[in-house]
Amino acid sequence: MDRDLIMIALFAALIAALGLIPSVTLISGVPISAQSLGVMLSGVILGARRGALAAALIVFMVALGLPLLAGGRGGIGVFAGPSVGFLLGWIPAAFAAGWVMERTRRLPVFAAGALAAFLGGIVVLYIPGIIGMALILKKSLLEATGFALPFIPGDILKAVVAGALATALHKARADVLMSRA
Amino acid sequence: MLSLTSEIRTPLHAIGPGPKLAALAIASVAIFSIASPALMLLPVAVSAALYLSCGRRFARAGLRSLRPLWPFLLLLGLWHGLTQDWANGATLAGRLLSTVALANLVTMTTRLEDMIALCTRALAPLRVLGLKPGRIAFAIGLVLRLTPTLLDRGRQLGLAWRARARRRRPGWQIVLPLCLTALDDADHIADAVKARGGIPD
Repeated sequence: MDRDLIMIALFAALIAALGLIPSVTLISGVPISAQSLGVMLSGVILGARRGALAAALIVFMVALGLPLLAGGRGGIGVFAGPSVGFLLGWIPAAFAAGWVMERTRRLPVFAAGALAAFLGGIVVLYIPGIIGMALILKKSLLEATGFALPFIPGDILKAVVAGALATALHKARADVLMSRA
Repeated sequence: MLSLTSEIRTPLHAIGPGPKLAALAIASVAIFSIASPALMLLPVAVSAALYLSCGRRFARAGLRSLRPLWPFLLLLGLWHGLTQDWANGATLAGRLLSTVALANLVTMTTRLEDMIALCTRALAPLRVLGLKPGRIAFAIGLVLRLTPTLLDRGRQLGLAWRARARRRRPGWQIVLPLCLTALDDADHIADAVKARGGIPD
């Protein structure tokens, strides 16, 4: 389906653009940006398979050497750094968000979207993220979880915003929720 | 859309992406097996020498691309400083710096076209699984074309927000109009692609 491919590329570009628009950077390890909001939205709007493909497309292009990550980062070096798990985790995160969205059709869009974004963009994303940090920085999983903890409140906020955006988009364009089509 | 390939021509630009990636893989595995801080000086020195052999300006650009690592280095410094475990801290910091620096070096000295060509060749056998290289290439081109457009529109929405609002920085409020215009773009692109006979396989 050509339209599917165009939507996948569009959301990949949205993930990139959300990271490059100047945003809040807390003084801490992984830069805080709206980028993971883009990943959550990809899953929530596009559904599991297409959402994961949009995330995979961005990860692939970063590996090719394009500066598509927050702050203009990119290249193979990112895959040797401590945040590698969060980057690779975007793919299962978007998939999980879409999967939840596809299976909560009876919930209102806001509740389903926020829940999907929370489960995908936080629960599923932090597992590879924490494993990656633990491996690269040679710390135990518990210690690495401690390093990641400060980012969770911001990400919960992003999940709520993702739910609100899904509701607003659904109102503006009735056919936008491909995850529920 | 700029790639991270350095404009400064170096001898490393002449080597194909295949050998460079293979060398990077071998070097990374070797660096991961080093356990003593004294021995870790070797990959750090080799990385620094490789960058410096490409000129001062190139080396400075390389140093800039390592900047996102500083929070992690600070974390390692604090952690191993508090636990009085300096040797392990230094080994880990050296490992992090040298592996990331070497990987960045490959990206900085390889043209995007060469990297795409290599990946197309590498992905070709997956055609039997239903993967269509033409569609992947189309998607990459579309992302390259759309990202600056969305970025520009995001900046304009941010300026408009600043003109109206008291707060200086726009937050998530600009994401909704950004998404809506992006969805309209998708409709236009879908029409244009259809008119031209669809996306090639």
